[in-house]
Amino acid sequence: MTAQAALRSSAPAGERPGLLSMAHVDKVFGRDVVALRDMSLEVGQGDFISLLGPSGCGKSTALRLIAGLSHPTSGSIRWAQDRVDGDLSVVLQEPTLMPWATVAQNVWLPFRLHGRRFRAVRDEILEALKLVGLEKFQNAYPRELSGGMKMRVSIARALVTRPRLMLMDEPFAALDEITRFKLNNDILAMREKIGCTVIFVTHSVFESVFLSDRIVIMAARPGRVIRELRVDEPYPRGEAFRTSADYAAQCRAASEALKEAMGAHDDH
Amino acid sequence: MTITDESRLQTATAPAIAADAEELARMRRRRAEKIGQWVLPALVVVLTIFAWDRIVVINEIPHYILPRPGLVASTLIEDWPILFQSLLVTLQITMGALAIAVLGGVGLAVLFTQSRWIEMSFFPYAVILQVTPIVSIAPLIFIYVDSKIAGLLICAWIVAFFPILSNTTLGLNSADHNLRDLFKVYGATRWQRLRFLQLPSALPYFLGGLRIAGGLSLIGAVVAEYVAGTGGIGSGLAFRILEAGYRLNIPRMFAALLLIALAGIVIFASLSFLSHMLLRKWHESAIKRET
Repeated sequence: MTAQAALRSSAPAGERPGLLSMAHVDKVFGRDVVALRDMSLEVGQGDFISLLGPSGCGKSTALRLIAGLSHPTSGSIRWAQDRVDGDLSVVLQEPTLMPWATVAQNVWLPFRLHGRRFRAVRDEILEALKLVGLEKFQNAYPRELSGGMKMRVSIARALVTRPRLMLMDEPFAALDEITRFKLNNDILAMREKIGCTVIFVTHSVFESVFLSDRIVIMAARPGRVIRELRVDEPYPRGEAFRTSADYAAQCRAASEALKEAMGAHDDH
Repeated sequence: MTITDESRLQTATAPAIAADAEELARMRRRRAEKIGQWVLPALVVVLTIFAWDRIVVINEIPHYILPRPGLVASTLIEDWPILFQSLLVTLQITMGALAIAVLGGVGLAVLFTQSRWIEMSFFPYAVILQVTPIVSIAPLIFIYVDSKIAGLLICAWIVAFFPILSNTTLGLNSADHNLRDLFKVYGATRWQRLRFLQLPSALPYFLGGLRIAGGLSLIGAVVAEYVAGTGGIGSGLAFRILEAGYRLNIPRMFAALLLIALAGIVIFASLSFLSHMLLRKWHESAIKRET
């Protein structure tokens, strides 16, 4: 089953076919700094998972491990099916664009690194730029764009290969509230269209409730998973959900879980 | 920012808005500054030449000590065939040395970034080569190297290559670490990372080094000619200066000096232009700000 089909089948979160599984993952920095302890996570196809927690809870470390940027000290991270080029993409906190390249050339990057010529993938590039609403800016340079637009380019670059899994590391943390709301709406709309699985690291309770169907609450020192919440509101979600009583209740529940995580120092 | 630019354009063309006095004053100041940028240096040059001429005339200084500016100019025209030939020789050495400095500097820098071990092993030697005055190395080089041209090239290269090496190394290592991560996620090879990430990141640094190296290779070429002396290759501009000095032909010394200075300015200006053309679309250093 493709990720898209999984999304459409609307199987409840937790019962979808597996995409990736983390089992008892530990990560130790230096000699004894435990960044992550015994993290297990079953990622289903079509899940939108938020990793929510205070600074130092290992959420970014978990994301880097899944991205393959570093390796677990112990435990395992396995894909259910073999990964191919373009299956995995990342959006980082900074837009991380190449300043010397135009918008279109930046979006071309994942293809380019897989040896595809610009002309051969031009349609995909334009399609991705259209998804983020920047098709008119394909020949602009990053310095000509605002912060929100740069982030859109970064998202277009992540979408262009139609990845099965998209990792987002606090992508909107540096943006203003209005831009952030807009991008939250847009990211859900884009996902409706291309149907990928998302793991989203965030500090924001509101963002995590609005975006995800699974919220993994993490605590610091050592970084670990405290509990998982479900947000059952069906997609597509829009402004109606953001202003609903249900949303407020979910945010309260997540805030309480987070408070518990902040208080839960493990002093062993 | 493209969008805000458009809106600013609209307000600027709207006729109903009254002109702001402060803004007008600022614009006037800027226009005056722009003109002054060219007029003031030119004025100073003209005044200097005039003062020079007057000093020589009033003090009756003989032309074999300090020639009048007019005499320098006429010497430049009269001796043009000889001086121009010498200028070409010096420029050839300069350009040749600069070309090798670019190849050697960038090549070594790339090698250094591929392996920290190589960098740690060899960088100190590059520094030693740089800090040792070229005049003290040159005599040795001319003992061991038979071809004078090769000797001159080596001398000029030693002086010119270090800024390119150190700047390019710095540039290659300063690629955005987030972009490095991104390249890793997308499975970039070492070559792809170098080609698509590190080399473009290093370009502004390299161009900065190149501008310094251009001037240095001219200095290297001239100094090496002095050391090589009159034996055999009496054709570069430095040789003309030495020769004219022996003959107390001071006007020709000034003429040759003028040519060397002009060559240096032209080299610097053209490398600056090259840098501007390559960076103007994206790099902060080449972008004109409104305020």
